Amino acid sequence: MTAALDVKGLNRSFGALHVTRDVGLSLEKGARHALIGPNGAGKTTLVNLITGVLKPSSGNVLLNGEDITGWSQAERARRGLARTFQINQLFRGLTVLENLCMTIGERDSNCNNMWRSAGAKRAVIDEALDHLERLRLVDDALKLVRELPYGRQRLVEIAMALAQKPRVLLLDEPAAGVPSSETHLILDVVAALDPDIAVLIIEHDMDVVFRFAREITVLVQGAVFTTGTPDEIQRNEKVREVYLGQEHHHG
Amino acid sequence: MAASESMTRSAEGEAARSRAAEFLLRRHYFRWPEALPWLIAIACFFVFPDRMTFGSQLLIMIMFALSLDLILGYAGIVTLGHAAFFGLGAYTVALASMKLGWTEPISGVFFGGAVAGLVGIVVGWFILRYRGLTLLMLTIAFAAMLQEGGNIRSDFTGGYDGLPGLTFDPLLGRFQYDLYGHTNYWYTLAALAVVFFVVRRIVYSPFGQALTGIRENVRRMHAIGSPVHRRLVTVYAISATIAGMAGALFTQTNAYVTLTVFDFDASAKVMVMLILGGTGRLYGAFLGAAVYMIFEDKLSKMSPTFWQFGIGLMLVLAVMFANRGLLGLGDKIRARLARWRAP
Repeated sequence: MTAALDVKGLNRSFGALHVTRDVGLSLEKGARHALIGPNGAGKTTLVNLITGVLKPSSGNVLLNGEDITGWSQAERARRGLARTFQINQLFRGLTVLENLCMTIGERDSNCNNMWRSAGAKRAVIDEALDHLERLRLVDDALKLVRELPYGRQRLVEIAMALAQKPRVLLLDEPAAGVPSSETHLILDVVAALDPDIAVLIIEHDMDVVFRFAREITVLVQGAVFTTGTPDEIQRNEKVREVYLGQEHHHG
Repeated sequence: MAASESMTRSAEGEAARSRAAEFLLRRHYFRWPEALPWLIAIACFFVFPDRMTFGSQLLIMIMFALSLDLILGYAGIVTLGHAAFFGLGAYTVALASMKLGWTEPISGVFFGGAVAGLVGIVVGWFILRYRGLTLLMLTIAFAAMLQEGGNIRSDFTGGYDGLPGLTFDPLLGRFQYDLYGHTNYWYTLAALAVVFFVVRRIVYSPFGQALTGIRENVRRMHAIGSPVHRRLVTVYAISATIAGMAGALFTQTNAYVTLTVFDFDASAKVMVMLILGGTGRLYGAFLGAAVYMIFEDKLSKMSPTFWQFGIGLMLVLAVMFANRGLLGLGDKIRARLARWRAP
């Protein structure tokens, strides 16, 4: 079976700084894969390389077996590669509902239409409301995004990615910046994701990682340190030394 | 799963859903205050019948400001060179009349718009890869290049002395241009109404929504798969077309054009008008252009040497007290009143 997402020998340098070193990574359909590593290990850079925000110096990215290394971000997104951002990237001056409708509109190429009114397609609005309902956001549908507390904005961020109907979803620290009283909301959503979607999650909270992931890749100084099941990672002495030991004592 | 969810949806949840849906379904409906600018324009004909030449120039500036609102207010493209397209339309019509004998006015306006729009596609394709200050500089440079190009070939364009004494056929073959500019006033008002209808459709369409998305957060637009560059070039070309049509009307109503239409001042002025009225809401172009031009007219008569001081003062006050334009100030006052009435 071809992997949903395959990353092969990926390198990226910024001048003399070699940020991503020969990274390889493979996500099967329905994968639950976590990417961990200390700050500055190059996790977000890797997400940017996979989604096409950055172009790699060398190496390849394959989506369902197709080489997409030369594709633009938008082309990748339309082929089912969605992401959330570490820091919210939303249409802050628009309502939550408009944010969702925009995503659906671009996904279905509705936005090429210049003559029909945006509100005329009831199906788009209904689908947007379905996505909001799943994340308990319907009551906020008509609020401007910037009026929402950060935790709820974070949910909108996830709702946007899901509205793209992705086959591969990259979650860059979905619970970052959310007050601890509300993190469970985000984590419940992540836990309830469609089992067919391949998910790569970057997360610092080890409780979340070990509960969610079936496979974990540890990134250190831009290179893959090791990949394994949660058990293997937990028992790996070296991982404890470089990472786990410093921040969390787990198990 | 979705089915079971909808079955267990409470009446309250259902109400919240339909409230939200109604908002989007009805947003593009015409509301009665929207008739106001048109009623005023018609009333002006009867109240100030001897000021119709000024009135036509004002309507043309509104159309020009509207074209800018489409790219600045909706798509967030900052430009200080939009006079380039106004000037292209103006010169297209002038040269077509002089050299080709194309003197039919209505087709002339469309021809002027088409030329400006085609140039808009080519220029936009190059410069819209950039944003912010780089883009701003490129728009200024493009307008300056056109103006200088026209100056080099002043044998053809008339240079800064202009092309005087242009002639155009009577409107629809029937209506002669009168000394008071009455024909021109109705002509420009009708043209503005058509353009406004089209622009209004566009901003409420899914395409128009995508433009506001690009303005609000371009990184997110890339991430949800939007062909951002194509969208920007498209709206830039539409805006250039409308600016070109406004320029064409300008030439026709004055029967005269000079290279000053490409002036940096002209680009800056239309931007000031739009910001004064309020960006990204269509009617800001109407209010901003009207207030600016009426002030300019009155002040320049009061003091032919110092009138620009008055314009400057008005802008300083606008920036201090109405940073979202006069329409934004109106919103603020209405919100205050509502709070004051309902303690």
